[in-house]
Amino acid sequence: MTTATTSESADFPTTAAVSLSVDMRLAWYRQMSLVRAFERAVFNLNQEGLVPGTAHLYIGMEGIAVGACSAMEETDFLTSTHRGHGHCIARSLDVGRMMAEILGRADGYCGGKGGSMHITDISQGMLGADGIVGGGIPIAVGAAFGLRLKGSRACVLCFFGDGAGNQGSFHEAVNLAAIHRLPVVFICENNLWALSAPFDEMTAGKSLANRAAAYALPGERVDGNDVEAVFRAVSRSIARARSGLGPSLLECLTYRWEAHSVFTRQEIRPKEEIEEWKQKDPIASYRSRLIELKILGSERFEQIDSEVEAEVTRAVAFAKSSPAPSPEVAGRNVYTQTGL
Amino acid sequence: MRRDPLVFLMGEDVGRMDGLFKVSQGLMAEFGSHRVIDMPISEAAIAGAGVGSALVGARPIIEFQFLDFITIAMDQIVNHAAKLRYMTDGMVSVPLVIRAPVCSGIGLGAQHSQSLEAWFVHVPGMKVVMPSSPADAKGLLKSAIRDDNPVLFLEHRMLYSQTGVVAEEDTLIPLGLAEVKRLGKDITLVATGRTVPLALAAANSLSSEGIEIEIVDPRTLKPLDTPTIVRSVKKTNRVVIVSDGWRTCGFAAELMAVVMEECFFDLDAAVQRVCTRDVPMPVSPSLQKAVMVSEEAIVAACRSAMQRECT
Repeated sequence: MTTATTSESADFPTTAAVSLSVDMRLAWYRQMSLVRAFERAVFNLNQEGLVPGTAHLYIGMEGIAVGACSAMEETDFLTSTHRGHGHCIARSLDVGRMMAEILGRADGYCGGKGGSMHITDISQGMLGADGIVGGGIPIAVGAAFGLRLKGSRACVLCFFGDGAGNQGSFHEAVNLAAIHRLPVVFICENNLWALSAPFDEMTAGKSLANRAAAYALPGERVDGNDVEAVFRAVSRSIARARSGLGPSLLECLTYRWEAHSVFTRQEIRPKEEIEEWKQKDPIASYRSRLIELKILGSERFEQIDSEVEAEVTRAVAFAKSSPAPSPEVAGRNVYTQTGL
Repeated sequence: MRRDPLVFLMGEDVGRMDGLFKVSQGLMAEFGSHRVIDMPISEAAIAGAGVGSALVGARPIIEFQFLDFITIAMDQIVNHAAKLRYMTDGMVSVPLVIRAPVCSGIGLGAQHSQSLEAWFVHVPGMKVVMPSSPADAKGLLKSAIRDDNPVLFLEHRMLYSQTGVVAEEDTLIPLGLAEVKRLGKDITLVATGRTVPLALAAANSLSSEGIEIEIVDPRTLKPLDTPTIVRSVKKTNRVVIVSDGWRTCGFAAELMAVVMEECFFDLDAAVQRVCTRDVPMPVSPSLQKAVMVSEEAIVAACRSAMQRECT
């Protein structure tokens, strides 16, 4: 399913240059499962009426965040989207503090002020989920400018959805990164629907990867439900970026299993289509593949599954026990008093 | 920029041609193209580049060639720069300076003449600065660059030709500190930016009639130095507010509200405001003159404030 659209990407091999260890594969399976279990818990907490506002679930798309973030170094950065829990977990954020934030509690990453759409952890290079479609794309490019000025060799991964590909900010930012050869990897998570709007009807050219050609960048469509394919593609793009050759654009095809957000009651998408994509489950298919390849036995997976469930149970308990923020802090941190 | 290697400038035509209005003269020659960056005509990306680089510890200054062009970058400024600190409960800050000239008065018409300061004063998380003299411009810009919050720095195009004494040394004017530009006992006149020199001229002509105007220049529109304004109003008991923004819901309206809240029982006359008329800026000089704030309009408002009494 991998198609290179420009000749430049031929400089980087399309086959796995890195040999994948059992530990890496286990870690991927574990993280994808953790994202899924976490999102199921968010869904349930919303049913209990504990999620103020809304949350956009990443279920079905786990292969992208996990594959992409595992290609990053510790000093690298990423920008995320309104559907950002997967990126946070893949970047090893604490699931307890994440859940507390989603419930608007004092121990959340943002003290309950940000919620699901604004989880940020600057210490992990996570520059923030973002409530504006396409809002994070110019910020990723700006981060790359800042890092270059500081003499850093870090890269920035920029996640966005297929809907954001039609925002002006996408074109402005990709052009800017391209002319300055900035170390950014643009990763479009094409889940084929923007709320009720089908990708094919909204996007001329029916491809985001093809748009790379307009900026003379490598553009590649990747199976987003194949964690290893995503890892390989992002690794290639990061290597290219770090060597000074500039940005790449990856379009990872995937599908969200749940409604647009936990707030959305109406489902527009055809039932058959949803079922069809559930058969391409990035987690179950990966598990089957690893069992088939005799890399791991099914008992090991069951053990991981129960560890993951326990971790999410602890996160939910932590979030539920965290207090609501005191009304006195409502006016705090609009401005900082600091300066040089 | 000499003091801090992390300060850098991005904008359209800021490098090779030293800025459309020559504000960045000599900067590219001194600091090179990695710190003075000519940008494509992509205002949203320029603003986003400012936000993103600030998040990772750089200290960007971005320039919009005309303040009007900021409309294309509103998402990055209003939804991101202004809010990221609060949304993360103080985890991050955005030390970003946004410079833009207000270009009314030179015949450029409705899309190149707007004084949009009120939009940004309205947004929590933004600081807004509007200098009226060369010394203030220098001292306030230095403070803006060293501030860890996003600061919109508005320069009026017609003030670029103004001359004045500017200290050589590293003199800082703190943000949020007003200055009384002229002492007077009869009327407190609060003016910003281009209208401060107009107000000074109006005050001089009224002085010959025996009316002494006290002129307060907030210099920073947000945070506002309310105590300095209130102190003056309690002395004069009459208020005229002058602003280049439109009349309806403008910065002058906010100042009127502050005066009503803080000084209601001190007033001897209804508060007057002199603003740009509520029309898009026309090109023809005769029409432009008819809608913009003028010295004559300020004089007329002051006379009116002197005549009207609260009973």
